[in-house]
Amino acid sequence: MWQNLARLFRYRGLIQSLVSRELKARYRGSFLGFFWSFVNPLLLLGVYSFVFSTIMKNDEPLTKPYAVFMFCGLLPWTWFAASMLEASNSLISGGNLIKKVLFPAEVLPIVSVLSNMVHFLLGLPILFGFMVRYHHLPHFPGVLWFPVIVLVQLVFTIACVLLLSALTVHFRDLRDLLANLITLWFFATPIIYPYFLEGVKNYVGFFKYNPMYHIIVAYQESLFFEVFGHYAVLALGGLSILFFLGAYWVFDRLRDSFAEAV
Amino acid sequence: MKTPAIELIDVTKVYRRFSGKQYATLKSALLQRSILNELNPKETFQALQHVSFTVPKGSTFAVVGRNGSGKSTALKLVAGITKPTSGTVLVDGRISALIELGAGFHPEISGRENVFINGIMLGLTKKEITQRFDEIVEFAELKDFIDAPVKTYSSGMYMRLGFAVAIHVDPDVLLVDEVLAVGDEGFTHKCLDKFSEFKRRGKTILLVTHSLGLVERFCDDAVWLDHGEKKAQGDPKRVIGQYLLDVESAEEGYLAQEDAKAKEEVAAAEQVAATSSATTAEDTADSGPKNMFQANEGRWGSGGVAITGVTLKDKSGTAGHVFHSGEPMAIELALKADKPCHDFVFGVAMFNTDGTCVYGTNTDIEEFEAESLTGESTVTFDIETLELVEGTYKLDVAVHRKDGAPYDYHRLLYTFRVKSRTKDAGIYRPRHQWKFSDSAKLSRKSE
Repeated sequence: MWQNLARLFRYRGLIQSLVSRELKARYRGSFLGFFWSFVNPLLLLGVYSFVFSTIMKNDEPLTKPYAVFMFCGLLPWTWFAASMLEASNSLISGGNLIKKVLFPAEVLPIVSVLSNMVHFLLGLPILFGFMVRYHHLPHFPGVLWFPVIVLVQLVFTIACVLLLSALTVHFRDLRDLLANLITLWFFATPIIYPYFLEGVKNYVGFFKYNPMYHIIVAYQESLFFEVFGHYAVLALGGLSILFFLGAYWVFDRLRDSFAEAV
Repeated sequence: MKTPAIELIDVTKVYRRFSGKQYATLKSALLQRSILNELNPKETFQALQHVSFTVPKGSTFAVVGRNGSGKSTALKLVAGITKPTSGTVLVDGRISALIELGAGFHPEISGRENVFINGIMLGLTKKEITQRFDEIVEFAELKDFIDAPVKTYSSGMYMRLGFAVAIHVDPDVLLVDEVLAVGDEGFTHKCLDKFSEFKRRGKTILLVTHSLGLVERFCDDAVWLDHGEKKAQGDPKRVIGQYLLDVESAEEGYLAQEDAKAKEEVAAAEQVAATSSATTAEDTADSGPKNMFQANEGRWGSGGVAITGVTLKDKSGTAGHVFHSGEPMAIELALKADKPCHDFVFGVAMFNTDGTCVYGTNTDIEEFEAESLTGESTVTFDIETLELVEGTYKLDVAVHRKDGAPYDYHRLLYTFRVKSRTKDAGIYRPRHQWKFSDSAKLSRKSE
């Protein structure tokens, strides 16, 4: 397993070019091209903020301006959700590579996570634009936590997709199950509502077992609220590393079966 | 013996047959690293069984065998794409596997970008690819199209590019799985030249192919796999000889089966005819096709004299369906006359698969005068040497009246195959010899 991990590091050049291929290929042939990376989150944001600030009026003063608040949680969530959905299928759709080329299979789900991370990073300027437009810039020391949170999310997401993609090869049902699970997870995470809402506090025992709760709350505190105090995300970071090792172990154990099962 | 580049030691590879209940074995997969331990033999398929062979460094080694014999599995094991169920596979040096060309190509992006990504997948660095890029494009003959997306390529272009990248990886061990059919003659020659260059530079090549001529010309050593077992190993000529013998016997079985089927159909048709119209025997006699060269296979005739059996025999007198060009063949007809008959002609004709009549004759043309035919008899058409090129041939046999009205006509019901080591063209091979004056110097290719 350690050897394979070391080999994975050697393959970073491959991962890098696959990510750039993924990004290039995604919008190839479309009129707006790379612009879609900006347009997609913008449209999503437009719909959500219309629904939650105009139709379902939101009176919580602390979440004003609501569009900025929601964007802080929605952007990382989209990264997570898209990575999960894409990566769960990556080994199966990349079956040709696994079967015909000597190729470290874990590269495929990792590439899904990284290419979605690039989209996430491309969404940040839009977030910043909104912040400027609404005169709600992030406070200074808190924003320094942002890269740390991104790193925690990266490790956590990679661990998730390694486990998920390896299991999906054997249980195809996971792909369909996952789409529903992700929707459920979305509403179980304080993205469109703030974590300090009365209703959330009643269930905080339940929320604190949701890793994405900690990640999203940390983002919101770092980028939107005045103070950063959600240090639980550091503990999650540590756990994510252990989770990653566990997921990699499972992946490594199942590796030999991929070429036959995909 | 030189140091081995590839070594397979008692390798067995078991695949699971497709079954719905995949989840039953996940636990064992995690704990024992094998998804097969808990399966019973009915659910598994042995692709390779206790196969061992060694490929010395610098040699060109061929794996031959019929479809499904485990050749590609062996190659995948050497490439490291799958792991053996038991046994050991050792490989020394950098491998490049020409198993599926262009497997990693992404259709939406350009040939140029694909070359880079494919090269990195095969283990090159960016710098190495940049150095070899022009050479790769040159080799693939795709200079004008290298910036077009790969989805616009024809399959030939796609394969050529895949081949060009793989061959420029500059491996120590090159694995080739039946990929030489990717281009026109010119490209194939270029590939072979590249292989020769590899050989000269002392690299090891493991070749899986059905092109036996290539193996004979090119390889130092060959192994023959059949149903996952090693049948023979050694000098390519000898191994191929053994392999061909086996293929022949399989073909023999197949042709015999076909023959039996054709005869059965005719028998069934006959019965229908007999029951439906016993009175129109005269009509049936005339209802034979007007132009016998256009007719399909079948059997017709007025009866009275019947051909009860047709046997093809080789030089040793054994019945069979596969013969060698230049060797004798005998067509033996068993006949039965219901009552003594005085007006009869025996005929034989051969056709190739295009339907062209290769040869046709009868006893009347060859000026035999029919006297009498009673009871059971045998007629043999003895061919001294079968001067036909390789191919499948069909046989007409008939006994008819002098005016042509058939007693019993068997149309294209019998099949035989002619085998030849020489891949000459046409239908007929005249017995021949080449002679050269002293100024034209030729020598036999190394046997």
